Amino acid sequence: MNPALLRKLLLLAPLLLFLGLAYVVPFLGVVRWSFTLPEPGIGQYKALLTDPLVHSVFIRTLRICLAVTVLSLAAAYAIAYVWVRGSRVQRMLAEFCILVPFWISVLTRAFGWLAMLSNRGLINSWLQSAGIISEPLALARNELGVIIGMTHFLIPFAVFPIASAMRNVDERILLAARGMGSSRTRTFWTIFVPLTSGGIIGAALIVFVFALGFFVTPAILGGGRSVMVAELVYLRIFQSPDWGLGAAISVALVLVIGILLALLRRFIKPAHLVG
Amino acid sequence: MPQSMHLSDANAAEIKAVSIGKTFGAFHALKDLTLDIGRGEFLTLLGPSGSGKTTFLMILAGFLAPTTGRLMMNGKDITDVPAEERSYGMVFQGYALFPHLTVEQNIAFPLKVRRRPSAEIKRRVGEMVERVGLSGHEKKLPSRLSGGQQQRVALARALAFEPSVLLLDEPFSALDKNLREMMQEEVRRLHQETGTTFVFVTHDQSEALALSSRVAIFNHGELLQIGRPQHVYERPASRFVAEFLGEINLLPLEDFSLNGDRAEGRFEQRTIVLTANGTAPKSGGVAAVRPEHMRISSRSGADGENSVACTIEAETYLGGSTKYHLRTNGGVGLAVSMPTVNAGNITSKDVWVSWPAEQGFLLPDGS
Repeated sequence: MNPALLRKLLLLAPLLLFLGLAYVVPFLGVVRWSFTLPEPGIGQYKALLTDPLVHSVFIRTLRICLAVTVLSLAAAYAIAYVWVRGSRVQRMLAEFCILVPFWISVLTRAFGWLAMLSNRGLINSWLQSAGIISEPLALARNELGVIIGMTHFLIPFAVFPIASAMRNVDERILLAARGMGSSRTRTFWTIFVPLTSGGIIGAALIVFVFALGFFVTPAILGGGRSVMVAELVYLRIFQSPDWGLGAAISVALVLVIGILLALLRRFIKPAHLVG
Repeated sequence: MPQSMHLSDANAAEIKAVSIGKTFGAFHALKDLTLDIGRGEFLTLLGPSGSGKTTFLMILAGFLAPTTGRLMMNGKDITDVPAEERSYGMVFQGYALFPHLTVEQNIAFPLKVRRRPSAEIKRRVGEMVERVGLSGHEKKLPSRLSGGQQQRVALARALAFEPSVLLLDEPFSALDKNLREMMQEEVRRLHQETGTTFVFVTHDQSEALALSSRVAIFNHGELLQIGRPQHVYERPASRFVAEFLGEINLLPLEDFSLNGDRAEGRFEQRTIVLTANGTAPKSGGVAAVRPEHMRISSRSGADGENSVACTIEAETYLGGSTKYHLRTNGGVGLAVSMPTVNAGNITSKDVWVSWPAEQGFLLPDGS
């Protein structure tokens, strides 16, 4: 092995060691459980494919993740646009809105949304006292609440790759389109959006992958009624001691995320994900 | 030639800039510019970077609004007309092709924006592709083309919708010398074929002289001089213009007098006769002569010629011509460029430099 490569590996060694001991080894243990508990074989994977409860949780997870991805992207695109192309004041404001959520823990934010969305929460009490509604709207303890909370959490992660793609758009290309008679709206849809499509795809994959493994937000805002995959794993392992199935679900989730991350690498350079 | 390919002069625009000024904060990018651009003319805006030439082009295009002054096209005030409604063709530095669209789609873009019928778009795109020599590349993305080919796509796209004005912002700056010359030829041909008004920005004086019907020279936001290439090159109004357009020898004159269109003065005890540029400076004149207008010989020049005694310090062989660096007895440095075929006659280091009176001109002493 050449010395330069060796030196790099040595520098990386603490990280590799940590990842190996903290993630890879335990995960291999989980993989083993999925094939050995309660008895050796692929029984748990067969159950995974046939159990209607597991199916419904996977489908719900998929549905929530798709909704969250679409909503986060729409919001993130608008925020990134202002952040990259707005006036100085607009840029500062956008930057503030993007960074502040990072300072607040996911747990705090989930409870914050609960305070906003629950039946006796801020929104419902305002609407009721204003006489707009008589019965509280079902905003929390269901899929809608989960989608709102997760979207709010994930928007900043979608902003970075989109903003990075927007910064790479050559201003002259937009001027060229306008100079040829293209309206601002047309230039936006036919030139600007396609030129930032790499960022959009990257953001979509990031949000989707993050969303797949969400645990805290759905557990709090879903109120046990809209269980997602990560929560199902938790329930299988800690409440109904069915470690084998819980392990098999984990393995399936990691596989799906692995495939999506491999796709992500094709569309966007890792450095662009952080702006 | 099909009807749509022919652009008569009537389609070309005539533009008047009246007292245009542009400031960016405290910086004056353009100062009180008044300029007429004729129908179908090829006008080059020439100047160093920061001279205001690009600012003026951006104002013409409608991408920048002037701080003061008005812009008129064919007698109508277009100062406040936005770029997308002016619809001038524009070729940008770096081409600004749409990277996600093929050659065909790039050229079709301005036609689609104008909602032309698809059959017409197809025919027109085909014509333009052929006209700029890109047949066979229609389905390629710009990133798969060479610099020269991208340049051609940019030209085809800018001309596809038969604009009344084509604006070109340093379009050749990224090309190597050979390609540059080929593209200059191409632009000249397109100008002749289309008859459109071309406004071309460059900082390359030889490009400006080679292509234009008129050259406008800018410096520090001011228009210094405008005229035919030959006129501005041979009769520059100021030292800046004289020096920017090419190398020039400057000989400070003493006791000079003005007599009609002839000026006379003394340089190192010899009388120098020059053409005067209309109004000449009252005191302190400089004789200006281009290196290629001077010649070197072993005797002083004939009657009607000016001659100065010099010593050859160095020579540079440039292929077709040879350049000599000389010094007068009084210590003034001169450069003379002579056809290499005539260079064999020079045998001694001590020589005479001569030039006909009408090839020298008078410039004010200071700037």
